[in-house]
Amino acid sequence: MVHVTAAPVLALRGVSKRFGAVQALTDVELEIHAGEVVALVGDNGAGKSTLVKTIAGVHPIDDGVIEWEGRPVAITKPHDAQNLGIATVYQDLALCDNIDVVGNLFLGRELRRRGVLDEVEMERRARELLTTLSIRIPSVRIPIASLSGGQRQTVAIARSMLGEPKLVILDEPTAALGVEQTAQVLDLVERLRERGHAVILISHNMADVKAVADKVAVLRLGRNNGVFNVADTSQEEIISAITGATDNAVTRRAARTGEARK
Amino acid sequence: MSTEHLADSNPEAPADAIPAVDPRLLVREEGFSGYLQEFGRKLKAGDLGSLPVVIGLVIIWSIFQGLNSNFLSAENLNNIAVTMVATGMMAVGIIFVLLLGEIDLSVGSVSGVSGAIVAVLAVTHGMNEWLAVLVAIASGAAIGAIHGFFFARIGAPAFAVTLSGLLFWSGFMLQILGSNGTINLDSEGVVGRLTTYYFSDVAAAYGLAAVAVGAYFAGAFFDARRREAAGVPSRPLAEILLRTGVLAVFAFGAAVVFNQYKGLPLAVLLFLVALVGTDFVLRRTGFGRKVFALGGSVEASRRAGINVTGVRIAVFALAGTFAAIGGLFWASKIAAANQSAGAGDLLMNVIAAAVIGGTSLFGGRGRTWNALLGVMVITSIQYGLALEGIATPIQYMITGAVLLATVVIDSVTRKTQKTAGRA
Repeated sequence: MVHVTAAPVLALRGVSKRFGAVQALTDVELEIHAGEVVALVGDNGAGKSTLVKTIAGVHPIDDGVIEWEGRPVAITKPHDAQNLGIATVYQDLALCDNIDVVGNLFLGRELRRRGVLDEVEMERRARELLTTLSIRIPSVRIPIASLSGGQRQTVAIARSMLGEPKLVILDEPTAALGVEQTAQVLDLVERLRERGHAVILISHNMADVKAVADKVAVLRLGRNNGVFNVADTSQEEIISAITGATDNAVTRRAARTGEARK
Repeated sequence: MSTEHLADSNPEAPADAIPAVDPRLLVREEGFSGYLQEFGRKLKAGDLGSLPVVIGLVIIWSIFQGLNSNFLSAENLNNIAVTMVATGMMAVGIIFVLLLGEIDLSVGSVSGVSGAIVAVLAVTHGMNEWLAVLVAIASGAAIGAIHGFFFARIGAPAFAVTLSGLLFWSGFMLQILGSNGTINLDSEGVVGRLTTYYFSDVAAAYGLAAVAVGAYFAGAFFDARRREAAGVPSRPLAEILLRTGVLAVFAFGAAVVFNQYKGLPLAVLLFLVALVGTDFVLRRTGFGRKVFALGGSVEASRRAGINVTGVRIAVFALAGTFAAIGGLFWASKIAAANQSAGAGDLLMNVIAAAVIGGTSLFGGRGRTWNALLGVMVITSIQYGLALEGIATPIQYMITGAVLLATVVIDSVTRKTQKTAGRA
């Protein structure tokens, strides 16, 4: 199974976020270790995207603590997250259609040689990266427009790997993908885990979650609604946690006593 | 971005490594037949490159030569070459704006302002002419930066900002020219000699052609060697030789034509320098990559950490700079700054030159070399019609029709490329 190191790469302790009159996140707890894939699931509006954006530095948190490798850190802007080693692949992939794969991989962090773009080195590194991730695309020199949806997704994920991040956040990477392409992306997620990256995977697709995730963290109405080990949890249990079927007097009491223990 | 052909299989790759090449990829076959196949495939995919323009230019030249045997004379070709530089310089600037997917309608007026500034400072106020030229070019950059500021920082549409600029700067030019309206320039001065100076020694034109061909070959050859050493696909030597050969034919052909008249024109040399320089900036520097990225997806660029506002302002400043430079060539051509400078069909010609050359109005596709071919087409048509004694109204109508035809080709190409998955 998964090797769990002592200090989690990322830990959220009682994180809250408000937007005006809306309490988007309330006392959310989350832990991710190196080499672990944590699926973040929840219904629409459960706060998945908000949570991811707080980690990525798009929305600074209002209350709570974010711990990075055991020590508290402040993530107030996207740059802070990137400097820590957090890479985020958003649902809309943010690739430039007219630029080739190499150009997109290195967009914003081009390699230079004597002030001039070093195309040769970039192409070599791009091929190397795609090979280690076993990503198959027709050529690294064709524009992104020529690639299929799944290939684009793999390129976007590969791009996030260039900075050697410790934590990769994937926002619905398999939405709108076909069967084979979904399989490609899931393969890639497993490869990220094998290479020791921590992965947060947002998904609506229970089959995907069961396939690659080690743990499932369920959000409901901006609160934690259980963290499950994928291996010994049924799909029905996860879904009932998402929909709130487990939200009854017993679970509430259990949650309260759990909090009191801390 | 320097190799257009698709990945070759790499024989040096270790056997256990999984190649990053999809088996479904149509890999180009070795040799000449592979080259032809690749070419045919590109044609079908709407990746026409410069081919339609070159064919168009050949057709235009044959028609006018048929109508008037003086059209292809060395003198007429020289005049076309020198005259096209003014429009061409402005087209170089507007290509940067078009690459962003935006438009600059003020370049005509800004070119007029530039000529007027030089004339007023150097002739009326007796300022050193070099200094006056620098002031004019700097003014162009500043005007462009102002447009860029309103577009990028304030968020007004570039179309509206530069349309206001069109009227404002043309009024500004009339204001500084004063009541008499025309200021004659010293035809032996800095600006005057821009279009009248020729390197009469035949060695100049041939030497330039030889240097260009040699530099192209050396660049391509050493790039291929470095790629080979790094184990990435490189251009085969045969292809480099073929490309160098084609370039040599055109370069020395042009040199022969120039030398049959007065020699290599200074204006053409400066235009080539501008083209080589801007092409380098666009394709080999981080700034150029950012311009293309913005033309592809603004949001993607922003997330990649690109300073969107800064790049946009810089691009409009570049357009203003090249508009000012073009204005100097216009002033030089007529040896005066007058009230009609930058008016008429100039703006249309500049945009037409850029688009005819193959720059897309939709952004993200084009090269500054497009300006050369495009402006040759536009200027050839103007000269051909003038030789036939066809009046301005008809010329306007023909230029308008040519611009429409190019925009149609651009739109259709874009559609074809979309279906072929290349845009």
